[in-house]
Amino acid sequence: MGSSIGKRRLARRAAAVFPAVLATGCTGPQSALDPAGREAETVAHLFWVMTIGGAVIWVAVLALAVYAGGLKRQPVSEAFAFRLIVWCGAAIPTVILAALLVYGLYLMPELRPWTREAAAEPGLKGHVTGEQFWWRVRYDLPEGAVESANEILVPVGRPVHLTLTSPDVIHSFWVPALAGKMDLIPGRTNRITFTATKPGVYRGVCAEFCGESHALMALTVRAVEPEEHARLIAAEARPAAVTAGAGLDLFIAKGCAACHTIRGTPAAGTVGPDLTHVGSRPTLAAATLPNDQAARERFLRHPDAVKPGIRMPAYDMLPPAEIETLARFLGDLT
Amino acid sequence: MTATTDTAAGLPPPGSEADLARRRAQEERLRKTWETPKGIRYWTAVNNTEVGVWYTATAFVFMLFAGLLALLMRAQLAVPDNDLISADLYNQAFTLHGTVMMFLFAVPIFEAVAIVILPQMLGARDLPFPRLSAFGFWSFVLGGVFVCGSIFFNAAPNAGWFMYPPLATDEEQSGIGADIWLLGLSFIEVASIAAAVELIIGTLKCRPPGMRINMIPLFAWYILIVAGMILFAFPPLIAGDILFEMERMFDWPFFDPERRGDPLLWQHLFWIFGHPEVYIVFLPAIALIAMIVPTFAQRPIVGYSWIVLAAVGTGFLSFGLWVHHMFATGLPTISLAFFSAASEAVAIPTGVQIFVFIATLLAGRVIFAVPMLFATGGLAIFVIGGLTGVMVALAPFDWQAHDTYFVVAHLHYVLIGGMLFPIVAGIYYFYPITSGKMLSMRLGKIGFWLMFVGFNVGFLPMHFTGLRGMPRRVFTYPGGLGFDWLNMVSTVGAFVFAAGVGVVVWDVVRPKSREPYAPRNPWNAGTLEWLTTMPGENWGVRSVPFITSRYPIWDQPNLIRDVDEGRGLLPDAEEMKRETLVTSVLDAEPIQCLRVPGNAWSPMIAAFTLGGVFIALTFKWWIPALVSGVAFFCVLMFWLWTSTSLIPEKPEKDVGGGLVLPLYRSGPASIGWWAMFITMTGDATAFASLVFGYFFYWTVHADFVIDGGGPGVLWPMIAMGLLLASWAVTLLARRWNSADRPLPARLALVTAAVLAGAGGAAGLMGPYTHGMAPTTDVYPAIVWILVIWTAIHAAVGVIMLLYCLARSLAGRMTAVYDIDMRNVALYAHFLAMTAVVTFAVVGLFPLIN
Repeated sequence: MGSSIGKRRLARRAAAVFPAVLATGCTGPQSALDPAGREAETVAHLFWVMTIGGAVIWVAVLALAVYAGGLKRQPVSEAFAFRLIVWCGAAIPTVILAALLVYGLYLMPELRPWTREAAAEPGLKGHVTGEQFWWRVRYDLPEGAVESANEILVPVGRPVHLTLTSPDVIHSFWVPALAGKMDLIPGRTNRITFTATKPGVYRGVCAEFCGESHALMALTVRAVEPEEHARLIAAEARPAAVTAGAGLDLFIAKGCAACHTIRGTPAAGTVGPDLTHVGSRPTLAAATLPNDQAARERFLRHPDAVKPGIRMPAYDMLPPAEIETLARFLGDLT
Repeated sequence: MTATTDTAAGLPPPGSEADLARRRAQEERLRKTWETPKGIRYWTAVNNTEVGVWYTATAFVFMLFAGLLALLMRAQLAVPDNDLISADLYNQAFTLHGTVMMFLFAVPIFEAVAIVILPQMLGARDLPFPRLSAFGFWSFVLGGVFVCGSIFFNAAPNAGWFMYPPLATDEEQSGIGADIWLLGLSFIEVASIAAAVELIIGTLKCRPPGMRINMIPLFAWYILIVAGMILFAFPPLIAGDILFEMERMFDWPFFDPERRGDPLLWQHLFWIFGHPEVYIVFLPAIALIAMIVPTFAQRPIVGYSWIVLAAVGTGFLSFGLWVHHMFATGLPTISLAFFSAASEAVAIPTGVQIFVFIATLLAGRVIFAVPMLFATGGLAIFVIGGLTGVMVALAPFDWQAHDTYFVVAHLHYVLIGGMLFPIVAGIYYFYPITSGKMLSMRLGKIGFWLMFVGFNVGFLPMHFTGLRGMPRRVFTYPGGLGFDWLNMVSTVGAFVFAAGVGVVVWDVVRPKSREPYAPRNPWNAGTLEWLTTMPGENWGVRSVPFITSRYPIWDQPNLIRDVDEGRGLLPDAEEMKRETLVTSVLDAEPIQCLRVPGNAWSPMIAAFTLGGVFIALTFKWWIPALVSGVAFFCVLMFWLWTSTSLIPEKPEKDVGGGLVLPLYRSGPASIGWWAMFITMTGDATAFASLVFGYFFYWTVHADFVIDGGGPGVLWPMIAMGLLLASWAVTLLARRWNSADRPLPARLALVTAAVLAGAGGAAGLMGPYTHGMAPTTDVYPAIVWILVIWTAIHAAVGVIMLLYCLARSLAGRMTAVYDIDMRNVALYAHFLAMTAVVTFAVVGLFPLIN
């Protein structure tokens, strides 16, 4: 399995996409314990409160069980034992659980509103479609819709409202550092709202098993300051940087345009990801590979070796020179 | 009713030559009657001591197989970007791991253990339907081998044990594996329900005299609760399986949104089953602890009624939690709040049960042995699982934790702490009952510490792996995301844990022929199963004592001696027929001496022919399926005809101590009537789930009922009328049969059969004449399903009515010996109810909509 050795090497490089985050010694770019979003911060706090409380309860119950089972000198009276059941088994847990429930219910409308109408506040609006095994991203801007894939650009401190759908199977949208997950279900439209609090690059994944390459369906969310965001989105809305040349000719001639769009060129397929600015994205193949020349060439030759079950056909019948030209062209689409 | 000592009146004085001779003769007859056949006929055995042990061993083999799959997965995940196994094989492995652990180990092991020890615990000679146990076992073996074997042909299900459509309905992506899952498991579910029916009746109707309902061993209480839960939890899944397989096989669009189906309906049906399932798995294990703790504390349980009520409460609440598996599906936040609250609430009865054990230990003088080690270790693990359960029950936290390794850790803490450790404790505790030998305390301790340490090393890190962002069901992960080393630690722990399981397995299977038999009642326990001699006898209990205490061996002086000397009830098998006592439900007053059927090939052949139907359908081999179905029908008829509702050679017999009991009861006093009632309750639950589907679609789509696209009013009303007429005539047949007027009764049976057949056909005519095409839209599809369900039930009714007619003509059903007629009349009530609901929904509901 020569290809898999290559895969390992490439994946090692994929990790290098997040060197800044790793250097800070945090728990990772995909961690709910390293929150960078309002919902994730609240839930991380909730987690630590419950974990510490749970640990105290566990130690108390175990200490009592060990004492009862091995350490005590004399049996207690039945009446005392019975009171223990009533108090420790029923009364105290009821109080603790009720308090926790009230706290949880108090948090809920803040994180996810009771009604959908309440969610319609200002902020960035967009639409994410989960498809086997990548993410179609659409920004709904006042000046019109802009399509992208596998990367979402969000402004720090402003709410982001995404509608979520799926054309094939159930997926789940999860960027742990920002917020909890929400499923994408065929035939239904779900909504998720989150607000990034810190600039950074966060990794997200599909969290609902969606088929053979479920493990390889990831995305990146780049949170930047609002001004920077406006600039990046404007760049995203522009047509492609390269609209002529040998690369594009090959792209059209070899049928790539049947599935992919490159705005500003005749390529207008809608089956696969929009490639207008693919060169500017940090990763390739839904955050599976680093976005460099070698990875692009490899992916063009054997997409199925990178991602089993992918719908893109292999192009290994093309001569190396053509693969190289195509890959370089895609890299130039910044 | 008289106490045991009084029943001794009239017997030769104890210890005299005449008394010894009497006992020896009785024992000889009992031994002969309950003898296990030798050679190839060994496999015809139906006695619980055989079938229960086979069942337990088979469930364990499946567990070990699923455990090997888990090790394969852990090996794959040890390092990032590993390519030890392919994505597809990994997906098959985790799907099969979950499926096998749940359906082929966790549920069957409880039924298996119950089959072994429940009769002993209740002083019964056997369960009331031994051939049904054997049928369930053979179905389980065949279905299990079929499902497990698929992975060796690269054809195992690969869409997860929850089988969410549309992924699992996609022929191309899920292949034949999904059919194997659906049909193989439906077959096993039917066997599980059969076992549940038997265990409910065994607990309610086959107790020793005097053991009132508030005195039954806690294990029996839990079995009763869990079997009841199976009865209401499995049918929704079977209903879901039917819809699912219709979509896969015939393209009926139940879960296809393009034709107005909805993938979420499957999730509801699956989790309405799936959440109670967790408690179906967990409660029987707690039941084992509830037997072990009093023994090792050497005192009765503290808070008997509290633990029983807590278990009942857990059972009820468990049906109201299913949506917490669907917190991330986008359901309205308000309903998530409700299910969060219910999910927190279930922790309270669980807490009560745990503190009942701690309180009992506190109030007793504890002897520490290997069963207690596993029980305590299981408790330590389970409490962590319970606490993380409280965490994920809160929707906001679940949005993060859902479908991550946090949940993998949580569910394994719950199931391994709350189920596997108690089961191993139970094996060390009850092993002497099955073999007469003790297991090794040294190996037990080694096994325990390997399992305990390995488990925690393996699974504790997963909580953090999950929160650091690792989702479930991934065949690999990139390095550098913060969970590389956590995964390596988990893999090491998993192999240490497996080594511990290996030690326990070795302890159980190692040859012990040179070791001495255990002393009788080796743990000095107080409950009836420990009356057994070492080694035990097939007859279960030598004679049935009168019970006055929850812990009779502790509290009733001379109990063992009286039982051994045949001074209880049923001390003999004069007619060389297998017999056990039937008692009343609440007060356990003896009401019948039940003849239970003996060894036969028919359960095995019935299981294999029925299994043949399911297996052939998987491959869409229609002719073999039909042939196998016809063979199953013939075997079933032979089985029923030759071994049920047999007219005894005399109406009643003396069961000892001057107590004379009838040998035949029918109607609500008979166990067969109860079996029919309980089975039909489960059947009605499946039907209710289909009706739920109809109204689920109605809530999803405002215009669900297509104007003019329905089956009309005329045919549904004709069908309802005919089926209600059939019901009325069936009741007349029962009345005339009881009045000893066979001719009108037989005419009524024929009439009722014709009416039922016509009613079923008329039901099908509605959608047929209106040209409803089930593949075009979900509305015609669900209407068709409801009328087909009703038509099939009408057809079964026809067969039952004709069976009664044949029994009457053959002289096997008379005015007094009328079990068949009474049970069919009971079935007719359910059929009438099904008909009214179906035809009101499909025929009348569109009018008011």
